[in-house]
Amino acid sequence: MNEIKLKKLEQTALRVREHIIKLSTDGGCFVGASLSATDLIVYLYTEFLNLNPTNLDDPDRDYLFLSKGHDVPALYGTLVEMGVLEAERLQNHLSTNDHIYWHPNTQISGIEFHSGSLGHLPAVSVGVAMDLKISGSQNRVVCILGDGELNEGSVWEAVMVAHAHKLDNLIFVVDRNNFQANMATEDLIPLEPLVDKFEAFGWEVCRIDGHNFLDLEEAFADLPYKKHKPSVIIADTIRGKGLPSIEARADRWFCNFSSTEIEQLLQELHGEHTTTLVSETLVVR
Amino acid sequence: MYEELLKNIAIDDERIVVMTAENRALIRNLPSVLGKRFIDTGITEQCMVGAAAGLALRGRVPVLHALASFLSMRAFEFVRTDAGIPNLPIKLSAFIPGFLSDGNGPTHQAVEDVSLMRGIPNMQVFAPANEQDLAIMLPEILASKHPAYIRICHRPTSFQHQKHFEIGKAEVIAEGTDITLLTYGFMLEQTLIAAEILRAEGKSVGIVNLRSLKPIDEAYLVDLTQKTDLLVTIEDHFVTGGLYSIVAEIFLKNQIQAPVLPIALFEKWFKPARLQEVLEYEGFTGKQIAERILGYHTEAIQPHIVASEFAE
Repeated sequence: MNEIKLKKLEQTALRVREHIIKLSTDGGCFVGASLSATDLIVYLYTEFLNLNPTNLDDPDRDYLFLSKGHDVPALYGTLVEMGVLEAERLQNHLSTNDHIYWHPNTQISGIEFHSGSLGHLPAVSVGVAMDLKISGSQNRVVCILGDGELNEGSVWEAVMVAHAHKLDNLIFVVDRNNFQANMATEDLIPLEPLVDKFEAFGWEVCRIDGHNFLDLEEAFADLPYKKHKPSVIIADTIRGKGLPSIEARADRWFCNFSSTEIEQLLQELHGEHTTTLVSETLVVR
Repeated sequence: MYEELLKNIAIDDERIVVMTAENRALIRNLPSVLGKRFIDTGITEQCMVGAAAGLALRGRVPVLHALASFLSMRAFEFVRTDAGIPNLPIKLSAFIPGFLSDGNGPTHQAVEDVSLMRGIPNMQVFAPANEQDLAIMLPEILASKHPAYIRICHRPTSFQHQKHFEIGKAEVIAEGTDITLLTYGFMLEQTLIAAEILRAEGKSVGIVNLRSLKPIDEAYLVDLTQKTDLLVTIEDHFVTGGLYSIVAEIFLKNQIQAPVLPIALFEKWFKPARLQEVLEYEGFTGKQIAERILGYHTEAIQPHIVASEFAE
């Protein structure tokens, strides 16, 4: 990746993070998970998937599914940067005048399927990947999962079925930010060794730094890793990435900041200072 | 019959994909005919329904096969969230519902499935009475743009159904001024026997096959209260949420007062056994139903009940 492209990706991700921070007030949003998935979503839309504002309904396209769903502010921000969603519409967050709320829905152009109930979209993406095979299409399906979401048994049903059906057009990306709703994943339902788990289920695995665009470029360069095998990219990320005052904290999952805090957090994002937060985290699931 | 019909529809319509969570009782010969359009996901009801949504997003019409209890309950949230919310044309072929699970035990008894499935917005619910009824109904059900739950009953019959089926319409088999028997699915078989016994006792008896449970023939049911003294709902389902509840909702909505006798399962699962014995034990043979309505015993002879077919 050349310097210009890298710079462009970083700038896009920075603007998406600004959108996310602005959504985390007046009702709030799942800011921690959105910030951890931002670089993944920005990379996928701008570099990997064959998606652009003109082909979002074309049957001959790649598919992206957000399975954990509550990271959708990162997708809203990315769709704004792609020119699919008007930036002004983000001001309608949580308003009945629009369809912009805490989980994805198909009223927003560019969103393939609704989610929010964990463990559904691995199965839905398996179905789309099956049909691409039946139809002889070369397109691919990417499904972003949360690491806490891997608790759901239905995820592993889909993992087994994808392997059985040799879906090498299917790519799971695990946003491995090490936290689920209220605590560190390893303190509740330990997931490690995660690479071994997927390998034992017959998947090809790549583990990378999910905030490093060079790593992402390398991981997505050569898919599928093996013919007839589904691929999973475990992206090590940081919950709340970009805001040191909330990074990697169990108590900063769903946040509803005051307008003053938002101003300070936007400055913090640009490296100016660290914010002292007084707003409490709410737990909404 | 079901397999042959589904095969012919699928051959003509490339959109049809036949799926199963490893229950092939009714579709054993389809893999070789349909090739990639036959998908067995193994024992994964949830994944099967989710994957069906993915296939439907691509324009397919998936027809899913599993036992009624697992399709309606293990996979309930997937049905509600991935078929119901987006209103995708996913068709759920539910085997051995109600009494047809005979000797399996309560784990396999789908006696709350109508209640659960009709509670999902966009979902249509159908209950064919037998092989012939199913054959008449299936093309319309698969052609509908909505998700559908089909309480499969494919028992052979000598009864001649009306050949016309319209979603939302009841099949009025007979009209009667004293008693009208309202039923659906497998229980039509015993309802026909009950009607004969009641007629032998001098009653004027109507029989209605409510093969389309949602949407239901509301206009007919409202009208019926003017024409008959007593309504009896007969179903191999819990009284909660089934036909009795549907009738109650319609009458309340239309401010109608009418005597309705429910013959259903009350707050308990049924005794697992051979089908004939299940019906006798639970009081659901045609003769027992007729005598419950009459309030006295008769000399009528209950015909033998053909055993249920084993379904994995």
